[in-house]
Amino acid sequence: MQQRKIEIAVGVFILLGLAAMAFLALQVSGLSLNAAKRDTYRISASFNNVAGLTARAQVQVAGVQVGHVTGIHIDPLTVRAVVDMAIDEEVDYLTSDSIASIKTAGVLGEQYISIAPGAEPDILGEGGVIYDTQSAMVLEDLIGKFMNSLGNKP
Amino acid sequence: MLEFLRQLGSSGMQVAATFGRAGILCWQALWGLPDWRAGPGLLVRQVYFVGVYSLIIIIVSGTLIGMVLALQGYTVLVRFGAEAALGQFVSLTLLRELGPVVAALLFVGRAGSAVTAEIGLMKATDQLAAMEMIGVDPMKRIIRPRLWAGIICMPVLAQVFNMVAIWGAVAVGVNWLGVDAGSFWSNMQQVVEFREDVLNGVIKAFAFGVVITWIAVFEGYDAEPTSEGISTATTRTVVYSSLAVLAMDFLLTAVMFGVH
Repeated sequence: MQQRKIEIAVGVFILLGLAAMAFLALQVSGLSLNAAKRDTYRISASFNNVAGLTARAQVQVAGVQVGHVTGIHIDPLTVRAVVDMAIDEEVDYLTSDSIASIKTAGVLGEQYISIAPGAEPDILGEGGVIYDTQSAMVLEDLIGKFMNSLGNKP
Repeated sequence: MLEFLRQLGSSGMQVAATFGRAGILCWQALWGLPDWRAGPGLLVRQVYFVGVYSLIIIIVSGTLIGMVLALQGYTVLVRFGAEAALGQFVSLTLLRELGPVVAALLFVGRAGSAVTAEIGLMKATDQLAAMEMIGVDPMKRIIRPRLWAGIICMPVLAQVFNMVAIWGAVAVGVNWLGVDAGSFWSNMQQVVEFREDVLNGVIKAFAFGVVITWIAVFEGYDAEPTSEGISTATTRTVVYSSLAVLAMDFLLTAVMFGVH
């Protein structure tokens, strides 16, 4: 009887550990069980400067998240940053003349990509490339320009 | 001068011998799983004593530490209007560092010292020698289940600690100080990576579990069979394991999250 009680307590203990693990995985790290099932397609865009954009950053259309950045690498030929993005399957209205720009949420917030669809009839599909891009706004560059323009005044 | 060198040499040899004995003990104890012919009862019983009994202190201190973290984080973050980042602050602090380390330190005090004292007393009262006389291997019967129980329990306790600490942070941050629940969780989920943060925390806790129980079991087994010997052995367990946990935490952090 005593042994049985101990075994039950240990069972509860192990179960509690597994529950904690599941909580940390699902609720805290946002690991989604059906993440693999959710269909996405891949597009890419190249920027002059991504200035702190990271993988897993959001991709938004009109402020609504439609996907995320899967990876960033440098194209050795053009020496531009190529950003790979996974876009949800149901977002099928990104035209081939869409404009992708890197924006910052707030002054100190994180970087995200905002896509503004254009008017072309062609729709971007798997492996599509956005050619029209706007690089990240680099605060230091802006300040530098501002200082220069001050210095040039007679 | 020569006397000094002699003392240095003798203490060096003693340290080397101690490490050797600890290594031999670990080798012999971990050579196999707990003796299944004796039933899984031995291991289950040890998990009960080492893990289930530590649960209360882990849950209470976890909640309190989560609450303190939320309170302190909020007072700093609110100055920059960034109190929505409380979730990521609390969760990263806990998952990467505080969870495994504080749980391990509590585990040392709660379970490690008890294991040392128990084995030391068994040795002092000649129970270990008696076991050998009747043909029961104390290594299998006593040492091995305790070692495995500690190794199993430590990650479980650390994860429970993390969970209740985050709940404590939610209670203070969201329910009391009024951080928006949605931004609290979504900020957290955006920053925390499962493999990078959660699994590395589990690996840390596992490593701490191995070291703590190893030290605890060895100090008990190696204790001088007197009442003073047991008390020094228990003290040594607490001191050595705490230092080992903190030093290993630095090394593991440098390897896991350091600059690559």
